[in-house]
Amino acid sequence: MTAMLNVKDLRAYYGQVQALHGLEFGLNEGSLTTLLGANGAGKTTTLRAICNMVRSTGSIEFEGAPLTGRSTENIVRLGIAHVPQGRGTFTTMTVEENLQLGAITRKDSAGIVSDIERMYDHFPVLKQRHTQQAGTLSGGEQQMLAVARALMLRPRLMLLDEPSFGLAPLIVRDLFRILGKINREDKVTILVVEQNAQLALELADQAYVIETGRIVMSGNANDIANNEDVRKSYLGY
Amino acid sequence: MSTVQEVVTEAPAVEAVPKKAMTLGYGTSLVVLALLIVVPLFVKNFIIFQMTMLLIYALAVLALNILTGGSGQFSLGQSAFYAVGAYTSAILMEHANINYALTLPLSGIVCFGFGYLFGKPALRLSGVYLALATFALATAMPQLLKLNVFEPWTGGVQGLVVTKPDAPFGLPMSQDMWLYYFTLAVSIAIYIFSVNLLRSRSGRAFMAIRDNEIAASAMGVDVAMYKTLAFGVSAGITGVAGALGAIAVQFVAPDSYTITLAISLFLGMVVGGVGWLPGSIVGSAFIIFVPNIAEGISKGLSGAVFGVLLFLVIFLLPHGARQIAVVAQSLIGKLKKS
Amino acid sequence: MELFTNQVLAGIATGAIYACMALAVVMIYQAIDHLNFAQGEMAMFSTFTAWQLMQWGVPYWGAFVLTVAFSFAGGIIIERLLFKPLAKAPILTNVAGFIALFAIINSVAGLIWDFTIKQFPTPFGSSPFLGSQLISTHQAGMIGVTVVLLILLFIFFRFTRIGLAMRAAASLPESARLVGINTSWMIALGWGMAAAIGSIAGMLIAPVVFLEPNMMGGVLIYGFAAAVLGGLTSPFGAVIGGFLVGIFENLAGTYIPGIGNELKLPIALALIIVVLVVKPSGLFGRPIVKRV
Repeated sequence: MTAMLNVKDLRAYYGQVQALHGLEFGLNEGSLTTLLGANGAGKTTTLRAICNMVRSTGSIEFEGAPLTGRSTENIVRLGIAHVPQGRGTFTTMTVEENLQLGAITRKDSAGIVSDIERMYDHFPVLKQRHTQQAGTLSGGEQQMLAVARALMLRPRLMLLDEPSFGLAPLIVRDLFRILGKINREDKVTILVVEQNAQLALELADQAYVIETGRIVMSGNANDIANNEDVRKSYLGY
Repeated sequence: MSTVQEVVTEAPAVEAVPKKAMTLGYGTSLVVLALLIVVPLFVKNFIIFQMTMLLIYALAVLALNILTGGSGQFSLGQSAFYAVGAYTSAILMEHANINYALTLPLSGIVCFGFGYLFGKPALRLSGVYLALATFALATAMPQLLKLNVFEPWTGGVQGLVVTKPDAPFGLPMSQDMWLYYFTLAVSIAIYIFSVNLLRSRSGRAFMAIRDNEIAASAMGVDVAMYKTLAFGVSAGITGVAGALGAIAVQFVAPDSYTITLAISLFLGMVVGGVGWLPGSIVGSAFIIFVPNIAEGISKGLSGAVFGVLLFLVIFLLPHGARQIAVVAQSLIGKLKKS
Repeated sequence: MELFTNQVLAGIATGAIYACMALAVVMIYQAIDHLNFAQGEMAMFSTFTAWQLMQWGVPYWGAFVLTVAFSFAGGIIIERLLFKPLAKAPILTNVAGFIALFAIINSVAGLIWDFTIKQFPTPFGSSPFLGSQLISTHQAGMIGVTVVLLILLFIFFRFTRIGLAMRAAASLPESARLVGINTSWMIALGWGMAAAIGSIAGMLIAPVVFLEPNMMGGVLIYGFAAAVLGGLTSPFGAVIGGFLVGIFENLAGTYIPGIGNELKLPIALALIIVVLVVKPSGLFGRPIVKRV
């Protein structure tokens, strides 16, 4: 099976500082993969590099098409949705406007309307608050909104950057359950960057571990979760 | 109407100049100094006069560099401080018979006070709002100087004539040449003072405020005090420049100190490189000579030519003359290695 | 008391000028997060274009529509050619760019049309409005057009997809890109719209202040002041701000002794600054919380 996303020799730079040192990995279609690692390992940088939000060299291919040289918005239009760190919600706009923005590149207004309804089914709390300004939502609700907004794109691939950040464990479980559902039912390939390795490994089927800008471990999520050495060396538990 | 606040994590509006690049190296400084000392000996009086004005405007741009490049506060009002310095000097010389050299520190102190007093209410303003407030100050100044109630001192719309001093101790040099070396000495002293100020604890406080006011305050920097201090120092130096200007030009009049001067000084700062003190002289050269060049190219379209030249400069050097210095420094570094 | 009411009404009438200009100012601020000092000159140039078209025989409304379209395109072209290259440059460099643009436009207009004052027609006539001595039909027309513009802008931003996209791009450019919005083109569009609104402001103002290359200098400053007073994020605030500035200016001129024409501007600005010290985001602006 050819990978949906293929990353080769990815090096990324913040000014003069190099953050990724020749990263290589692939994502299969339909998989739910997690990218784990400590603070500063390069997880967020990887996602940003995929969307060309940071200066990088190397090759990134999505469904055979190269992503290098494309602007962020054009990469998104290929079907890659990115839920950034901090969620990136449009706080001054309403919940419904946020969802509409997720679909701003789509032309099928009927489809958009029905998708918004589907989002309200996935996330009932959003329906309750749909005319409220997004900034008034709690952290967990904003995270749900961010995921819903990403889904409005009808993405083929969804990238999530630390969705559990700042959220209570129960809410994180809920969120991850929904992510699993989306992956299986809507056939969205998902790459989740997480610091909370334990929960992420429960959710995912594949896992990569990144350390100082390089992949140091890869494999089946269950295997990695059960491997005590790996857990202790790289994941801290 | 929304009730939600917009949360902003802003990059600083004024970018930091890397510490190494803050001044010219010793070698370059000595070369520049040598040129400044030697060239007037070989040129006509009019050129000497222009060089004097070059130094004077460089001082004013330097002052703005300390305020904006140093403490991150915008000002479109420097012409007001320049005017106050000029008039203070003129009034002291013509009405109180005070020696011209003494008027400089007096103008400086008056303007420092004026700047400090302006800085206080301006504390709550920043960015666009501060620009508007300083703009108001600059547009008000010529009108204030024309007010009837001040006429006995200011000479009203006509202004005051200022006597140019002779060289002291009967030295064999023209008035222009003496004034030039006098200005040069004052400029060097102020430049050294400014460089040391920005390197000192106060300078670091300024720059902390410029880069992130909230963080600076959280670290215990007395933001209010340093911001008003920056305004005061900047106004004081501008006032000294104004005083020198009054003496060099030999008169003061309200319409010499309009918003156009304030805008020119701002452009001088940008062209020289914001926060880069040595660039002040490059900026000063730009604002003195380029308008003349533009008029030379096309009398009818002199404004347009000036605008085009300005665009060329900012396209090529968006960070100002500092970029040339950085490139030159790395070239010299490479030459040294090979 | 009657003097007071009269001055207030007269202030509202003159304030319509500032309100219209302030709308253009807020428009550009929404797009690029700063004020464009050359906006007044762009409006002036547009107004001259309209005048020129009428000199060539084009009827008023034809010239009006053509000018608005030309200004819209012109705004986009100026942004793409001159300011897109400066997108990564520091803000102060961009400000120097606005000043350069100001100088260029002012000079070119002076060359093409010289500095003698010209008459500019008004479609509203200038008889007293409803018999009032204070507001002419033209001034009433100005207020009307400004209100219509405001409503159109409101509809645009609230109810159209592209308006939503522009708001998103201005609010959080990075998030906007992540939903596929081309934020660079949103900025160009903002410039185009601001130039178009500015041209309408210019064509409304010219009958009152007469057409010459330096006509917009003072108006622009008052427009800025009005926009800042109203809150730079609020078109509605800009319009109210415009009327308030007109009223301030008139009252200051009437009641504060010794204020000649020249000091009206600094006094008006000073009053606005006092308001800002109390309400830093302006009267109707959204309070901005700065995080470290």
